[in-house]
Amino acid sequence: MMDHAAIPSTFLLDGDSVPFAPGQTVMQAALAAGHYIPHLCYHPEFAPHGSCKVCTVRVDGHTAAACTMPAQPDLEVESNTESLNENRRTLVQMLFVEGNHFCPSCEKSGNCMLQAVAYDLGVLSADLDHFFPNRPVDASHPDILLDFNRCILCELCVRASDEVDGKHVFALAGRGLAKHLIVNAESGRLADTDIATDDKALDVCPVGVIIRKRVGFAVPIGKRRYDLRPISAQALDDAPRAPPLAAWKPR
Amino acid sequence: MPARPSDVRVDPFLDRILALCGASEVALVQILRSAQCQHGWLPPATISYLAARLGVPRARVEGVASFYSFLHLAPVGRYRVLFSDNITDRMAGSAALLLRLCKSLWLERGKTSEDALVSVETTSCTGMCDQAPALLVNNRAIPRLTPERIDEVAELIRTQVPESDWPASLFEVADNVRREDILLGARIEPGEALRAAVARGQQDALERASNDRSWRERMPSMPQGPALTLEEIKRSNLRGRGGAGFTTGLKWEACRSAPGKQHYVVCNADEGEPGTFKDRVLLACRPDLVIEGMTVCAYVIGATQGFLYLRGEYEHLVAPLRATLERRRAAGLLGTAIAGEAGFDFDIAIHVGAGAYVCGEESALIESLEGKRGIPRNRPPYPVTHGYLQRPTVVNNVETFAAAALIALKGGDWYRSVGTARSAGTKLLSVAGDCSRPGIYEYPFGVTVRQVLADCGAERAQAVQISGPSGICIDAREFDRRIGFEDLPTAGAFTVFDESRDMFEVARSYAQFFAHESCGFCTPCRVGTTLLRNIMDKLHDNKGSQYDLDRIGRLNQLLQASSHCGLGHTACNPLLDTLKRFRPAYERRLQSHDFAPAFDLDGALARARRMTGRDDAGAHFVPE
Repeated sequence: MMDHAAIPSTFLLDGDSVPFAPGQTVMQAALAAGHYIPHLCYHPEFAPHGSCKVCTVRVDGHTAAACTMPAQPDLEVESNTESLNENRRTLVQMLFVEGNHFCPSCEKSGNCMLQAVAYDLGVLSADLDHFFPNRPVDASHPDILLDFNRCILCELCVRASDEVDGKHVFALAGRGLAKHLIVNAESGRLADTDIATDDKALDVCPVGVIIRKRVGFAVPIGKRRYDLRPISAQALDDAPRAPPLAAWKPR
Repeated sequence: MPARPSDVRVDPFLDRILALCGASEVALVQILRSAQCQHGWLPPATISYLAARLGVPRARVEGVASFYSFLHLAPVGRYRVLFSDNITDRMAGSAALLLRLCKSLWLERGKTSEDALVSVETTSCTGMCDQAPALLVNNRAIPRLTPERIDEVAELIRTQVPESDWPASLFEVADNVRREDILLGARIEPGEALRAAVARGQQDALERASNDRSWRERMPSMPQGPALTLEEIKRSNLRGRGGAGFTTGLKWEACRSAPGKQHYVVCNADEGEPGTFKDRVLLACRPDLVIEGMTVCAYVIGATQGFLYLRGEYEHLVAPLRATLERRRAAGLLGTAIAGEAGFDFDIAIHVGAGAYVCGEESALIESLEGKRGIPRNRPPYPVTHGYLQRPTVVNNVETFAAAALIALKGGDWYRSVGTARSAGTKLLSVAGDCSRPGIYEYPFGVTVRQVLADCGAERAQAVQISGPSGICIDAREFDRRIGFEDLPTAGAFTVFDESRDMFEVARSYAQFFAHESCGFCTPCRVGTTLLRNIMDKLHDNKGSQYDLDRIGRLNQLLQASSHCGLGHTACNPLLDTLKRFRPAYERRLQSHDFAPAFDLDGALARARRMTGRDDAGAHFVPE
């Protein structure tokens, strides 16, 4: 009998064979193998929690979030299909109309994942009626601005502050559409928390909520991360690479 | 900076609560519920104090408190009045009664009075549909509202009588059991089913003189009882009564064989589906049967701790349930060596919810039990292996446990002889709406909708909502369909609408419900349920178009494909069901068959016209 131990397990993604290590999710394995699956709340350095649902794929006839779906041998995963991308466009549009997003006047423009994913998917308009929520900004901190209008509730700052900074500066409050980001202070003001400018939580915001003051336009619009390359290319560079598996061929 | 314990003055009231509930984050929802009694709401200082005492970030405590409808981070008045807002309440005239109370108290709905005395709002279905309309005052239910009762409530509030001194007659909740079958009709002595389960093992052990090693080291004698009881549950073909219909025997078996010493039994009494109230009645009139079923489950899976998760709307049941637990402890049916069986140790704690429909989903319920926001977990893993505190846990509905007790006593073959081939046993239906005898009806599975309608006195029914908004709406042509997993599966709600009802408004009330109860975790459900509600409001305002009807279908496709849990998966059902069966109710609301914007451009110019005094053609927007 053939010894299979040395042969890595694989699954099929849009017809391509993707190798994976035990414990990897579909998303992790796909990115490591050079296959982009659109996503917003997933970040390679944090445990996935699967809330934005942009990475929803079809697995053996069912749908699942690729970021939380454990990779298993011989799964047949579809991601880059018209119907799944249409769902993704609607999800991105939902996030746009739920908050107040004005890309032309936003200092995160060009570095914003929401904007980049929208461009990459070919979202041309919001299509849905805007909710225009009232979300006051928090400018209390001398060095950091919080503009809640742009929050997509990905919880990355919550996870970063909890897991890396060990400070628990951020949390989510409220339910349903009233769900919103809060800070760890009785006054509700960022200035009264122990956040510091070198906190990881400042760097993980995929949109323009957590902003360093006075450096917003240090890099001009047009020369920013996703101005130079689409996110579908950039995300692959950001993902931890798998050990080389090029020599291996599917059975 | 986060508060440190030393920064905070000692608060004996809150410390007593912490001592009572256990000063642990796991008890946070119970702690917050109790802490709220101090001021009627949870001031920022209270949140900080509890966070410091529990050693958790205050933002996390605030996050939990803000998740639940019955926990308040802003003052709501000494008398917090919440009108139940199910469609059955509306049909019984709740809107006019709410207005009457507000007028009588000189109050605006949703705003706390200047003197911080009272506020009046609505809340999701409170499970009193058979005695609608109903309200909650400081979480205590007052059903069967009439203008006279509203005036009485207004007077009691105005004269500031403490609600503990209000006439008991206001708070009387009727059981309205209309039809009994094997479950409600069973007259079982407390402990009878347990003794049968234990005896089954003893008898078998005598016959086989088995020396097999016990499945549970802590129970060396008579090891066969749990296994044989499980066999009976499996043989009965009992399926979960909470809606999903998972086979109970398989669930118990999976949990029983899951690794880990500590297993848990959880009774899901978070009965939040609009239109259902059978768990309330079971817990009110057959509490021993339910608790006995939980104890049988503990015996089978080897659990020592159980929880009864009771929805906050049923607070009036807490005291009688505690008394039942106490009585059973005294009788040796809870505690150690239950029914005389050495090593059979089990007890139950009551956890009271705080107003969140999504906590009826089993993994959200477990999160809430653990003192967190009630967000459904990613599955797998499932609760049977990774439930409460990541340990093996059985979560079953109230009615499932009651049926399990019956099966433990009378056997699986007896139980499966009732009902149909694929739906064993009986089902409790919560019948309400347009009928002369609303209440609880127990039928063997397989009963036709027509039969139920005849029995409850519904003469001119045009539609029945089966299993609430997440179930199915059927019309008169389908009344010969049968209740059961093979045709019309149901968690129990059976809401009747007669020919006078506008089925569009029924669907609209359900769209409002889902938008209000979405937990907000995932994008499609959080935003999608609000989009659905907005579409229904737009149609209600006669501004809709075919485009909006098509949008409902497209949203359904997205919510089905990408929502995190069943709430999002089913949120479009009531709209699609009524669109399919009662399309004219939608179409007569369409402004055009093409597209109409929700925003009225010309209307928006009205203010400018008033300010400028102009009313000529140039001051109007005329669509081309």
